[in-house]
Amino acid sequence: MSLAGKAALVTGASRGIGREIALELARQGANVAVNFSGSEAKANEVVDEIKALGQEAFAIKCNVSNTEEVSEMVKAVIEQFGRLDILVNNAGITRDNLLMRMKEEEWDDVLNINLKGVFLVTKAVTRQMMKQRVGRIINISSVVGESGNPGQANYVAAKAGVIGLTKTTAKELASRNITVNAIAPGFITTDMTDKLPEDVKAEMLKQIPLARLGEPKDIAKAAAFLASDDSAYITGQTLHINGGMVM
Amino acid sequence: MAEVLERVTKIIVDRLGVDESQVKLEASFKDDLGADSLDVVELVMELEDEFDMEISDEDAEKISTVGDAVTYIESQK
Repeated sequence: MSLAGKAALVTGASRGIGREIALELARQGANVAVNFSGSEAKANEVVDEIKALGQEAFAIKCNVSNTEEVSEMVKAVIEQFGRLDILVNNAGITRDNLLMRMKEEEWDDVLNINLKGVFLVTKAVTRQMMKQRVGRIINISSVVGESGNPGQANYVAAKAGVIGLTKTTAKELASRNITVNAIAPGFITTDMTDKLPEDVKAEMLKQIPLARLGEPKDIAKAAAFLASDDSAYITGQTLHINGGMVM
Repeated sequence: MAEVLERVTKIIVDRLGVDESQVKLEASFKDDLGADSLDVVELVMELEDEFDMEISDEDAEKISTVGDAVTYIESQK
């Protein structure tokens, strides 16, 4: 198990990609703090599954766009595990609308969670990782952060922002042996994508050379690799996992 | 003062790998002791731990010399 003895925090880990990443890190031997903001019951299920794998886990509620809550969360994780080696910034929401109809509030909500949240949690864990002289930060971006997508001006802006933030954080922290990378998932089957209309899904499928939708585990396996010592020489990169949808 | 300076000096020597004789009150972390921005942030973190205090980002930005650090710590006691 490549992550034995490591401590991880995964934001937005109660469902979808975050859930699968939390489980995969645990399968590789890590102890995992399972962050959620709304779905406490779901988060507890993930915790139970991780414990069944023989690793430590606990659920922790936090809105990642709130500085105080973030600081409390990171403090709790470090108290619980005594260290923090892996941060996966996965928490994200969508508030889709055409640009012309998009309300300022829809813009702000998405930017606050999907981009500011990454900044806040990263800032909060940096101290501990700098002291340890080792750390892995993995930010979940999106294929649309690279390609753009009608109806998602807010989400796309945030996800493109995550790529830039990843590169800057990677440069700032490289001398402390902290690597920072992004994963840009394509069309992955989760609650988030289940909400899309069937015709939109069919249209997207046509654009995927590997001719299938991705699964959360396609992302989780890559996250576990980027969290491991095997990826020590990779930093500031964005790994596109999209079945060839965007190359 | 002497005791604070002694403890601050030890941290600087450990962290920046400089000789104790270089750690003078007027020495600038960046210009004289070879620290980069991140080193200064780390030094402040270590001072916080050593003296069991919290140094706000605003105050931390004003600490650029050994003397600044010692004076700040003294003023917070």
